[in-house]
Amino acid sequence: MDFFNAIVQVLDSTIRLSVPLLLACLAGLYSERAGVFDIGLEGKMLAGAFAGAAAASVFHSALIGLGMAILISVAFALIHGFASITHRGNQIVSGVAINFIAAGSTIMLGQAWFQQGGRTPALAAGERFEAITWPGADALRSVPILGPIYSELISGHSVLVYLAFLAVPFTWWVLFRTRFGLRLRAVGENPAAVDTAGISVAWLRYRALICTGVLTGIAGAYLSMVQNGGFVKDMTAGKGYIALAALIFAKWKPVNAMFACLLFGFLDAASIRLQGTPLPLIGKVPVQFMQALPYVLTVILLAGFIGKAIPPRAGGVPYVKER
Amino acid sequence: MSTPYAKLPAWADYVLIPLINLFVAFVVAGFVVILVGENPLRAAVVLVEGAFGRGQGIAFTLFYATTFIFSGLSVAVAAHCGLFNIGGEGQGYIAGLGIGIVCLAFDSVLPWWLTFPIAIIAAAAMGALWALIPAYLQAKRGSHIVITTIMFNFIAASVMVRALVGYLKPPASMAPQTRTFLEGAQLPKLNWVIELFGAKIRSAPFNVSSLLALAMAFLVWVLIWRTKLGYEMRTYGHSPKAARYAGISEIRIIIIAMMISGALAGMMALNPTMGDQHNVALEFVSGAGFVGIAVALMGRLHPVGIVMAAILFGMLYQGGAELAFEMPAISRDMIVIIQGLVILFAGALEHMFRPYVQALFASLSPKSVGMEAVKGKGA
Repeated sequence: MDFFNAIVQVLDSTIRLSVPLLLACLAGLYSERAGVFDIGLEGKMLAGAFAGAAAASVFHSALIGLGMAILISVAFALIHGFASITHRGNQIVSGVAINFIAAGSTIMLGQAWFQQGGRTPALAAGERFEAITWPGADALRSVPILGPIYSELISGHSVLVYLAFLAVPFTWWVLFRTRFGLRLRAVGENPAAVDTAGISVAWLRYRALICTGVLTGIAGAYLSMVQNGGFVKDMTAGKGYIALAALIFAKWKPVNAMFACLLFGFLDAASIRLQGTPLPLIGKVPVQFMQALPYVLTVILLAGFIGKAIPPRAGGVPYVKER
Repeated sequence: MSTPYAKLPAWADYVLIPLINLFVAFVVAGFVVILVGENPLRAAVVLVEGAFGRGQGIAFTLFYATTFIFSGLSVAVAAHCGLFNIGGEGQGYIAGLGIGIVCLAFDSVLPWWLTFPIAIIAAAAMGALWALIPAYLQAKRGSHIVITTIMFNFIAASVMVRALVGYLKPPASMAPQTRTFLEGAQLPKLNWVIELFGAKIRSAPFNVSSLLALAMAFLVWVLIWRTKLGYEMRTYGHSPKAARYAGISEIRIIIIAMMISGALAGMMALNPTMGDQHNVALEFVSGAGFVGIAVALMGRLHPVGIVMAAILFGMLYQGGAELAFEMPAISRDMIVIIQGLVILFAGALEHMFRPYVQALFASLSPKSVGMEAVKGKGA
């Protein structure tokens, strides 16, 4: 029974740790499917995290915090769009720029406004998203096997967690069952064809980037208002890049993206859990190895050893109208 | 398709436009300063005075600039071949491993001028090796080099933690860093050069690796513009198709360019380790690899431009430290914002002001922008 409980706990933290990855990964899905490589997920998430925690602690409202996180994150996405769509600048260079601007400005504004070394004040009860306990979760806790699964795994998360997992089928529906999704995918594969059909390539890509901004904003809000209860400098700690890796791992498909993020979240949860405990057969695994595993896996995948990841064909190329 | 932009005179292309971009980046940074409630003009004065006001400041500025010259050159060499090496950070970090091993082995037996060349080779080799795998995967299997080099930055970070904690730190010590290098692995200072001009320096880490940086800048210029290899790299960077048609081996050119780039990034580690701290510690690179991106873009991928841009960023780092001291509302992270803005305006929005500059030049003297020639061709 102890072993079973340990597994449930690891899976529970897997869910918690994969949520920001999942939201950022889906965010990247929108923009990359529309042909805009987005290395700036990290920065948008960070900006969202800061804006969310700052607004929540100033206005004492979690919802205002979330709104602010989305707003700022979308603003960063639009800067990315302005540089890489309107001015046809290099998408990767502008993404890198966004990451730096977010990293610097969150710390500096945080320090100037709150004077806590770049942190925001710790969020009080009403200022963060609380866990929702599902009906009957406490009563069912003692039921063997199903009880812990229901009360630990399914119940007891914040609303943003459920939102993240609902975003998966929603994204699938948007991309593969709506006209907007069809056009969005088309603009990432063959923008000239979309242009010929009389649809604005730029406006479509901007809309895709707005979706990206909304999702990275929620991801950031999750980090600072659910997982942590306040903003800490550089709190994204490379999650944006892992999300990017997960996106490639998932071959730019929403449901795969969820599994890829759960896998990376599981690796993270396992590495925390297994710190210092020896594994059967392998012996003691250094923590650093577990931490490096998602990146190593991504490189192996990129090398084409686990199936080939084919990116959207027009990705990375600014669209120039023929004249 | 018409050419999108008419030609500008060279000085406008290489001096005026970068200066306009830089100016706009600083104006935006000025707004951030206003946002935290300080006076941007006074901040600028403090920054420049902190960097160049005294001999001490100048020495620190040049010390920082040295690291940035290496990382800027690293980005530029790859960029000439059409590759975006974002992994300078990891390549420089892992080079610390080679430097650490060499210095720990030889610092008690060899003088610095023998340890230094061995350490240079070790650093360059480690950096090149770390760039080799992403390069191979890009060349052979088409894996996107930007993603793989980012992944290798993270892998390098894990490897270095493991190496420092597990093997390199002295057994009795808790701090994850090597023991302090003995005199045989400490680079001599160059502060006396600045003192020749009458400035006083208490202590600053400006050291001989700066000379190596300048030598590398010259060698990169020779490589890119004066050798067959450089020509092939530029050809591939301009048009992979044309390069293939000309019989240039794609695999060979990508791997060579990335290994040179990695080697340059690796040498960046010499300055902070052997030149300043005299040990290899956790996170000693602290973002210098990423600064290289801004430096290379600002310097328009030319070694002369890169040296100047590196000095500019050295000034920002040194002056930024003084600024954080003088104005508590402005932390050193201001530099990171400026760095981002420079990458944005000099890199991604490089062409934003170009049409206006062209229009200005065309109205002043149509000849200078080659308007007649273009009209003659009927473009």
